[in-house]
Amino acid sequence: MSKYLSKLTIPLLAVVLGLIAGSIIMLISGYDPIAGYGVMLDGIIGEQYYIGESLRTIITYALAGLAVAFAFRTGLFNIGVEGQLIVGWLAAVWVGVAFELPKFIHLPLAIVAGALAGALWAFIPGYLKAKFRVHEVIVSIMLNYTALYVTNYLINDILTDKKDRTERIADSASLSSPFLQSLTDYSRLHWGIVIAIICIIIMWFILEKTKMGFELKAVGFNQHASEYAGMSVNKNIILSMVISGVFAGLAGVMEGLGTFGYAAIKGGFTGMGFDGIAVALLGANTAIGVALAAILFGGLKAGALNMPLQIGIPSEIVDIIIALIIFFVAASYFIRWLAQRFNKKGVK
Amino acid sequence: MDFYQVLLIIIPSMIAYAAPLIFTALGGVFSERSGVINIGLEGLMVIGAFTGIVFNLTYADVFGNWTPWISVLVAMVAGVLFSLLLAVATITFRADQTVSGVALNLLSVGLTIFLVKKIYDKGQTDFISETFARIDIPLLSDIPFIGPVFFSNSYYIAYIAILVSFIVWYILYKTPFGLRIRAVGEHPMAADTMGVNVFKIRYAGVLISGAFAGVGGAIHATIFANDFSHATINGQGFMAIAAMIFGKWHPVGAMGAALFFGLAQSLSIVGSSLPLFKDIPSVYLLIAPYVLTIIALTGFIGRADAPKAAGQPYIKGER
Repeated sequence: MSKYLSKLTIPLLAVVLGLIAGSIIMLISGYDPIAGYGVMLDGIIGEQYYIGESLRTIITYALAGLAVAFAFRTGLFNIGVEGQLIVGWLAAVWVGVAFELPKFIHLPLAIVAGALAGALWAFIPGYLKAKFRVHEVIVSIMLNYTALYVTNYLINDILTDKKDRTERIADSASLSSPFLQSLTDYSRLHWGIVIAIICIIIMWFILEKTKMGFELKAVGFNQHASEYAGMSVNKNIILSMVISGVFAGLAGVMEGLGTFGYAAIKGGFTGMGFDGIAVALLGANTAIGVALAAILFGGLKAGALNMPLQIGIPSEIVDIIIALIIFFVAASYFIRWLAQRFNKKGVK
Repeated sequence: MDFYQVLLIIIPSMIAYAAPLIFTALGGVFSERSGVINIGLEGLMVIGAFTGIVFNLTYADVFGNWTPWISVLVAMVAGVLFSLLLAVATITFRADQTVSGVALNLLSVGLTIFLVKKIYDKGQTDFISETFARIDIPLLSDIPFIGPVFFSNSYYIAYIAILVSFIVWYILYKTPFGLRIRAVGEHPMAADTMGVNVFKIRYAGVLISGAFAGVGGAIHATIFANDFSHATINGQGFMAIAAMIFGKWHPVGAMGAALFFGLAQSLSIVGSSLPLFKDIPSVYLLIAPYVLTIIALTGFIGRADAPKAAGQPYIKGER
């Protein structure tokens, strides 16, 4: 009972509670929640175009979620996915703009550049944690802001002459796909969907089938026992952050080479990295869980865009719902306490 | 432009920029000293900024010159109410403190923009008409040389912020309540054994942090943004966390760090018009607080140790 309770009941209950809270907020603000969710669902799967845009949103969410989840498995909280995503985005676009190469070299090169940039940005908190026992959360928050300001500066002063966005990437570095677009009524769906699926399989494979994955999980469960068993905790901390950063960088690559084809100056964060935390938490940090949670949150985000257009509900309602779901998952003790209440058993 | 004139521009602006950071960082000190990590300070500032601006717009006709002051007080109450969410989740329901803080940040941005769009039917509010006036402090501003630099052309609220940090120091280090807060943050079980109610003290710590961050957010919005949008609070909460760490979880230290970060912020904004700083890309000043915090944490600027029990839920009877 208790095993299933934590594996499936808590995420599902959290989602249900979040959606209920969302409808209460809609009611209080004078909107019709049934119409609201109806329009939202329509915006997720109502038309081929919407399906394409939903899938496109889900791609980035899946990668951001994988990044957070992978670090979580080693007991690390990578709150820096946002920053790693931003530097990955810029690095990929940089390569896409700066070179003229045949597609089979240019595209992989741009993707690898983005992944490496994310890995490098994640290496810093990993290294500082391993070497100096500095808390990775604070370091990666600080690096998020550093990434934001540095990439803005690079776009404005180095890559362009005081413009607010880079040139478009060369076609040879683009992930966009006329085939997928024609399937989905010219949405911005791109080949990144293949990369996301491969990454989900890689995450599953690394964690479940390799010695490295076993060590990473062992370190996540109990650092001292792992140390005693002869594993290098420090090496695993750095490794985990770097792999996490690769996923985060790839999430940025999806935006840079797939959705937009350029990098622009940002007034604030994209939010996708932070939403990745929600995806990972809800997906219980497993590959398949992350995939499912990404479908949910990516769908909600894409569908929300339909709400202000159709019936005037601000799309931020989805941000509220996602935040509340995180609260409910984080305070899973609250859900267990509720469940125990119904079972008339004491809970410590 | 000589050096003295540069100082006349930079220093009052530094003090002004530091004010919201000081208040919010002091809030962080209260929360973390009681054992609750508060990543949600940014979100609490957002709530404060939103409340401050909306109250200001709504009641400017009623309260006139007093509007900004009353809005700050209202924002303080809103901060307390919102921080209750964090307190309940982390203290009563033992949620992960960092994750809850992140959720609080996401929630506050979503909720405030939702409300702005609902109330004003657009993405940002109008500009407020009643803001804080720049003042010269009587007597002190007459001191030759340093008077005009340090005590002129800034805001009362900024000097109050500096004063409050000393009051917080007194509370934390010289009163029984402060002793309890620090004890609960270092070793909650020992404090419990001595009859301190760990839950109550932690609730107090988090709610006070909400009050201070609400004030900080309202001041920032009232002085610098003059309206509310998704970008009104853009990292000031995290900068306040940085100031708290840089100041080694000490109120006066946090105030000093906040002043320093205020200097960086003011230079990054007014620097382009100053002869000395014109050629330095402002990006260096923008990232300075964040990079310095990483360096401080790494131990190159002396060790900065967090309160020992920060981050751990307290479960009575467990060892």
